Amino acid sequence: MKALSQKRRHPLAAIALLLMGLLITGGLYAVATSMNEAKASTTTASASDAEEGGKLFAANCATCHGMGASGSKDGPSLVGVGAAAVDFQVGTGRMPMQMNGPQAMKKPVQFNDEQTHQLAAYVASLGAGPAIPAEDLTNGGGDAAAGGELFRTNCAMCHNAAAAGGALTQGKFAPALADVSGKHIYEAMVTGPQNMPVFNDANITPEGKKDVITFLKQIETSGSPGGADLGSLGPVAEGLFVWVAGLGVIIAFTIWLTSRTS
Amino acid sequence: MSAASTAEPAFVAKTKTGRITDFVDSRVGGSGILREFGRKVFPDHWSFMFGEVALYSFVILLLSGTFLTFFFDPSMAETHYDGGYVPLKGVEMSVAYSSSLNISFDIRGGLFMRQVHHWAALLFVASVAVHMLRVFFTGAFRRPREMNWVVGCVLLILAMAAGFTGYSLPDDLLSGNGLRIIDGVIKSIPVIGTYISFFLFGGEFPGTAIISRLYMLHILLVPALILLMIVMHLFMVVVHKHTQYPGPGRNDNNVVGYPLGPVYAAKAGGFFFIVFGVIALMAAFFTINPIWNYGPYDPSPVSAGTQPDWYIGFVDGALRLMPGNPYGWHVEQVWFGHVFTFNVLLPALVPAGILFTVMFTYPWIERWITKDDREHHVLDRPRNAPTRTAIGVAGFVWYSVMWAAAGSDLIATHFHVSLNDVTYWLRALFFIGPVIGFIVAKRVALALQRKDREIALHGRETGRIVRLPHGEFIEVHAPLDEYKRYKLVGFESPQVLPAVPNEHGVVTRKEKRRAFLSRWFFEDRVAPATPAELEAAHGHGHEAVEAAHGHGHEAVEAAEGSKSLTH
Repeated sequence: MKALSQKRRHPLAAIALLLMGLLITGGLYAVATSMNEAKASTTTASASDAEEGGKLFAANCATCHGMGASGSKDGPSLVGVGAAAVDFQVGTGRMPMQMNGPQAMKKPVQFNDEQTHQLAAYVASLGAGPAIPAEDLTNGGGDAAAGGELFRTNCAMCHNAAAAGGALTQGKFAPALADVSGKHIYEAMVTGPQNMPVFNDANITPEGKKDVITFLKQIETSGSPGGADLGSLGPVAEGLFVWVAGLGVIIAFTIWLTSRTS
Repeated sequence: MSAASTAEPAFVAKTKTGRITDFVDSRVGGSGILREFGRKVFPDHWSFMFGEVALYSFVILLLSGTFLTFFFDPSMAETHYDGGYVPLKGVEMSVAYSSSLNISFDIRGGLFMRQVHHWAALLFVASVAVHMLRVFFTGAFRRPREMNWVVGCVLLILAMAAGFTGYSLPDDLLSGNGLRIIDGVIKSIPVIGTYISFFLFGGEFPGTAIISRLYMLHILLVPALILLMIVMHLFMVVVHKHTQYPGPGRNDNNVVGYPLGPVYAAKAGGFFFIVFGVIALMAAFFTINPIWNYGPYDPSPVSAGTQPDWYIGFVDGALRLMPGNPYGWHVEQVWFGHVFTFNVLLPALVPAGILFTVMFTYPWIERWITKDDREHHVLDRPRNAPTRTAIGVAGFVWYSVMWAAAGSDLIATHFHVSLNDVTYWLRALFFIGPVIGFIVAKRVALALQRKDREIALHGRETGRIVRLPHGEFIEVHAPLDEYKRYKLVGFESPQVLPAVPNEHGVVTRKEKRRAFLSRWFFEDRVAPATPAELEAAHGHGHEAVEAAHGHGHEAVEAAEGSKSLTH
């Protein structure tokens, strides 16, 4: 204890204290949020999926989307959007929506896989729409080079050539695609969530979609051959880096070189 | 040994190396050159080293660029990629792009050299820009260095041209988009634009000629011109001698510093390797221009986040800021059967035109306003030329607003704001930013001058509070030593020059305009403390007063009897 009190005026003491405080706060927060999640996943399905999904819908979604998903002034009708739309919106945490804004934001998922499946089954039962894609279409294994060409022609103008995301008008944006599962990418293409256009099977064939996913997974896993990628954001990030880090280091050296002088 | 036939005995070196050296020296006169240049004095200050950084970056560019030319093929012939990067395997592309990819993935050390070349290019233009800012804000462009300032401006434009031609070479999607914008700008020139575009691209964009043409410009013409300008630039530095910051013992007739040999040569030589090292580290650890991400150029796709390299950014930003139909007026007009695309023409050419015109002519503008035609070798501290500093800051703010606009999409995504709002704010700042910048910079400069004056007169605040016997509390002020005080009082503070009649006794309209500008330039001023003021402030026979009489007397006297803003 004495050793500790002696070190309390050490120059690094403040940093150590700060670090400790951050770790404790972060740890408590992580425990608190995981406890909430645990509560949410306690419900179990007992009846058929669509029926159970209907109950979940009435409790969680009907406020905006209306009873029977017929829509209200706060949310669109979901008749005919298909299981894929529900799986994407609920599976990525965009729905239930936290607040109105330019577009629904990705956030921690509110329903577990089973509940998501039940909700999807319920909405699919209301009208025909795109189904959740088969696994062989979303697990990669396609032609990355062909996928890259499709991506650059159809997707890169919003999502950036390296899938790092980009801005749209009025606060809307195309998100970065790293860490998005192949299934969700496929569903986004067939359902066109938020401001994204629909790429139906006549536009990009299921095989083409598979190639796009393969391409995205390939560039995600192969990393950056040239070193840290600075966010893959292009010349703005590079310019910022050379002005701040490059010139900063150079200036430090110039000051050092001229410090022992008149 | 034969008898000495000449009057003075010939010098014979003792060692073999000495004899060889003497043989060469007696034929090329190296020792004379070394004697002359080795004693050239350079003042030491960190802000004087950016020109060196630019020079060293340029040398690194030549070295790494030569390596790249061994492997780059500037052909726009079509091929199918068959190199090591899997996501592009078999994709149809130009030979130029394919060879750039080969440099990146299949040539040993190629990617590193590409990144060295590109980082060095960014640092080259950045150090040129910082060097010019230093020269501007310290008034180093004044007589006799006006011509060298112009050469420097030409170098900046050439550096941008070198950068842009190089940026376009890999023929990836990003560079192709950049060329398409240039093509659009050229085509927006009324009447002749289309003809120039067809001439440049050898037909309709993109054609099959542009890459090899840009390559020739990039590796031959532009570097040769840069080299020529660098030689002129350095020649004038030698002729004019280096400027120096004000200080005791420094005046317009001397240069105080270290001689080139040996100290400064060693420092400069070492600094080259430091710059090289910094660039090499950046190239080793940070990706620049990952061309494999962008894919081959094809006129149809445009990637989000497509921007030029930073030095062209302000033009791109101006294009982004231009409204399509302000107040309902459609900016694209058809007059006399020709299309006038003002929404491209105005932002692409006007701001850059204004910026470079003012930059080139500024030494003469200031000379005309101030009628100051004397030689200056001692620099101004920026605070001691408040209006010039304010003009510089206003220009910099204006540039920065356009610069920021080039990254408006990234500002929107990374700060979670609306892209439209970013654009509206930057449009407003385009006009009011420079005004605010001017006012704030001028006030800050004047305030710093007042602070200097206060410290010169009353010394530095020590933070030590003393209670006098009768109860009064005072803070003890420590007087400055004379060297420090010199810096605070030894500067010129020119006054407003009213209009004077010419030889016919007429005050011309031009002279009236000059007088108006002179008032604008110099009416707000804080005069340096005069010896009398210093004496009064220190009073009671302090030794410190003598210091003011010794050093800085001339400069201080010049400002005497003027309107002064005392504390």
